[in-house]
Amino acid sequence: MQRLAAGLCGVVFGAGLAVSGMTNPAKVLAFLDVFGRWDPTLAFVMGGALAVTAIGYTLARGRSRPWFADAFSIPSRRDVDLRLMGGAALFGVGWGLVGLCPGPALANLSRGSGEIFVFAGAMIAAVVLHRFAVGRSA
Amino acid sequence: MTETTFTPLSGLIGGALIGLASAGLLLADGKIAGISGVLGRSFFPAAGDLGWRLAFLVGLPLGAWLATRVTGDALGFAITERVGLLVAGGLLVGLGTQIGNGCTSGHGVCGMARGSRRSLLATLTFMATGAATVFVVRHVLGGE
Repeated sequence: MQRLAAGLCGVVFGAGLAVSGMTNPAKVLAFLDVFGRWDPTLAFVMGGALAVTAIGYTLARGRSRPWFADAFSIPSRRDVDLRLMGGAALFGVGWGLVGLCPGPALANLSRGSGEIFVFAGAMIAAVVLHRFAVGRSA
Repeated sequence: MTETTFTPLSGLIGGALIGLASAGLLLADGKIAGISGVLGRSFFPAAGDLGWRLAFLVGLPLGAWLATRVTGDALGFAITERVGLLVAGGLLVGLGTQIGNGCTSGHGVCGMARGSRRSLLATLTFMATGAATVFVVRHVLGGE
């Protein structure tokens, strides 16, 4: 049941990315291009997503456990460190070079585009390398 | 340079679907729908922690494919063909999201929705370096 729910959520998430146009790297780059022909769509996508997700968190607060699992796994860290800021900064540079973040990179695999395979391949290689080097216990 | 048009309505609808999926994964499985986190921890996973991750990740391209079948891919798809950019971008996105513990979905949506200061600062940071990168590439170097 847990897996079925996760799969369904993945499908809805991927559909949302495509419907919002965030699977188009040009649209993401146009959002980041604040000094060019700016396309503010991404802000509306994030606003819509935040509003609905916040309702989910409010509902979750009133429950002791999720429907199909024993406990909620919600990050508890509150410290702001160099890893957080440095990692986010590096991610932003890569995002700005191509216009893809992890969700759209994976959602676009269904296109069978060579460019997506190259980007997603490099991204997954970096993820595996990082997990192998330092992150296995994280 | 590929220009795009402002599409607030489909943006809001798509965003609400992303929110529905994030809220759903939280209420059903108690998990955070942060793509980089779901992906990262599917390598060397904890015992019994792999199945839901793979199900969610496989759902992403399936959902995008279904949606473009219905909407006719109205918003298009345009990506750089420069292999160097694609590789550098992929490596930076993969590494940066693992070091910083999150991406647009984990920090930008899930983290901000629960009022996390870490996620707010991370989101402002990757938006700023993303915008700076596009500024340099398009308006300083004049490429693309």
